[in-house]
Amino acid sequence: MEEIQTKSRILSIQNLVIQFKLRGQVLTAIRNISLDLYKGESLAIVGESGSGKSVLVKSIIGLLEKNGSVAQGSILYKEDDLTKFSTEKDWLKIRGKEIAMVTQDPMTSLNPLKTIGKQIEECVILHQKLQGKEAYQRTLQLLKDVGIHDVEKRYKQYPHEFSGGMRQRIVIAIAIACNPKILICDEPTTALDVTIQAQILQLLKNLQQKYGLTTIYITHDLGVVAKVADRIAVMYAGDIIEVGQTHEVFFNGKHPYTWALLSSLPQLGAKGEELYSIKGTPPNLFKEIKGDAFAPRNPYALKIDFEERPPFFKVSETHYAKTWLLHPNAPKVELPQNLQAFFEEGRRFAHEH
Amino acid sequence: MPMNTKEVLLDVKNLEVAFGKGKNKFQAIDQVSFQIYKGETFGLVGESGSGKTTIGRSIMRINEVTGGEILFHGKPINGKISKEWDREITQKIQMIFQDPMASLNERAKVDYIISEGLMNTKHYKDEAERQKKVHDALLEVGLLPEFASRFPHEFSGGQRQRIGIARALIMEPEFIIADEPISALDVSIRAQVLNLLSNLQKQKGLTYLFIAHDLSIVRFITDRTAVIYKGKIVELAETEKLFANPIHPYTRALISAVPEPNPYKEREKVMEVYDPSQHNYESNPPSFMEIEEGHFVLANDEEMERYRTTLEIEV
Repeated sequence: MEEIQTKSRILSIQNLVIQFKLRGQVLTAIRNISLDLYKGESLAIVGESGSGKSVLVKSIIGLLEKNGSVAQGSILYKEDDLTKFSTEKDWLKIRGKEIAMVTQDPMTSLNPLKTIGKQIEECVILHQKLQGKEAYQRTLQLLKDVGIHDVEKRYKQYPHEFSGGMRQRIVIAIAIACNPKILICDEPTTALDVTIQAQILQLLKNLQQKYGLTTIYITHDLGVVAKVADRIAVMYAGDIIEVGQTHEVFFNGKHPYTWALLSSLPQLGAKGEELYSIKGTPPNLFKEIKGDAFAPRNPYALKIDFEERPPFFKVSETHYAKTWLLHPNAPKVELPQNLQAFFEEGRRFAHEH
Repeated sequence: MPMNTKEVLLDVKNLEVAFGKGKNKFQAIDQVSFQIYKGETFGLVGESGSGKTTIGRSIMRINEVTGGEILFHGKPINGKISKEWDREITQKIQMIFQDPMASLNERAKVDYIISEGLMNTKHYKDEAERQKKVHDALLEVGLLPEFASRFPHEFSGGQRQRIGIARALIMEPEFIIADEPISALDVSIRAQVLNLLSNLQKQKGLTYLFIAHDLSIVRFITDRTAVIYKGKIVELAETEKLFANPIHPYTRALISAVPEPNPYKEREKVMEVYDPSQHNYESNPPSFMEIEEGHFVLANDEEMERYRTTLEIEV
């Protein structure tokens, strides 16, 4: 896995706080997040539903729900601070053209009344400023790029004539048609079968190379992450609790929540025995969270975890985690056997590479 | 469990299910046979559209069977059957559904949702006994008894799935069909529901048919697994054997496509792609044959010989 540190920053999120107004109450969905995205990398944001991963990327592309707003912080892209954008006109400079998105469900994200060719061509005309024959040719090329055969015939067909995997390819073609710099993939394969999932992930990787894209994957599937990501950011209760290169988070994870996520993988369980499960439920984001948000569910929690929010502790140049366990005065903790074995196996692989 | 002492609980023989008629006829299930032993967890995996849910639904007698038969405790459950037997099957075979957000009646209280089956089969003496049963079922799935007076929207996905399980349990079933019971749940909740299912199995000696597309979970929870492709079972074996020595090219493709949580392995993995045109079934039709003890594969004579050699090399 290549070094990313030397690459240039393309997007920078700084001290971001996002709040929603709901029935007279305020919900803090994003609690002071800072994150940099480097050019050409592929970053995976991992977390459970409700952890704020979708809200975070929606704020980058200006699709926050009406009752949500940025309360603090900035999102820097090129010369602009995206949090200062207020009108649709501002966002149209960015959305699609600079940052495009592939959504989860290909069954609902296409217009059923238009041929798929027209839907792709629309973006080609709008964003690449091509007309007539040129736009048509470019559309056919895009269809080929996403692995669709018999493109002239397929151009004239409607979404219902395609399978789920094929539709997701078309959604990807539409996103690519805008010539974006950043591609956000929000659970791009959750609705698809495993064999199709593997094909789509491979396609996204190829397109990333071909078009020099920077990609953000949102997913809860650690298998998908292992396949596509250079870096991982783990989210819990509206905060990034650990960030690092893929192998660092997988095989040298430091936050107890990262440990818990890995331990609950069926691959780490022993047949006939209980699978590790995280006790309790995520915190209520309507209330102010004191200390480490994961502390009440964390078997390794220290006293300070309930009182003070941990800062990022540095593990390596590229790897940071927000847990008091990394403080020099923290006691050493013993990891469960199966997780230790998983880490050791991974480090053996790392050694061979 | 030793092989010879196993009692067959459910026996599916040459099952066929077709939808539509004449030109529009679609053969969803084509000559499927398998047996499920008492107390085991039997996995059924396949892609969407392969017919795995249709099999579950025909055992539940939701889909009509067009050929073959299904025996429960050795007695047919389809076609003309006596009223008592019909009632008994309704009680003894229960189902857990995929999406807990869609499978519970939004307008009914948990109390009603859980006891609806009981009321339909009059499986209780009086109101006090019914309430006691609801109370116990909720406790068994790890929910509080006072939840009975609430509505489904007040619960999280994991809790709703527990309600779905309680609804099945209250009927005191022997056999439960779990159709993708955890695919709609979050990673950490999945583990809780899986643990609940296996604990209940141990306590009550339940038998499960576990329908899923996620092979890592199937590997963890099932004793034996059948792989289904376009309405036909292509391979069936003890789960560990199936994962250790997948024989059929479709099974191999399916297993190779499962993403592994190890970035090094995952990036070097060579994926196998299944091409159905590789079979020469026109001149040499396949049958379902045993390649090693308890390991069956759909193949014709020529393929069988090839599979045998590869199996010997790999073992």
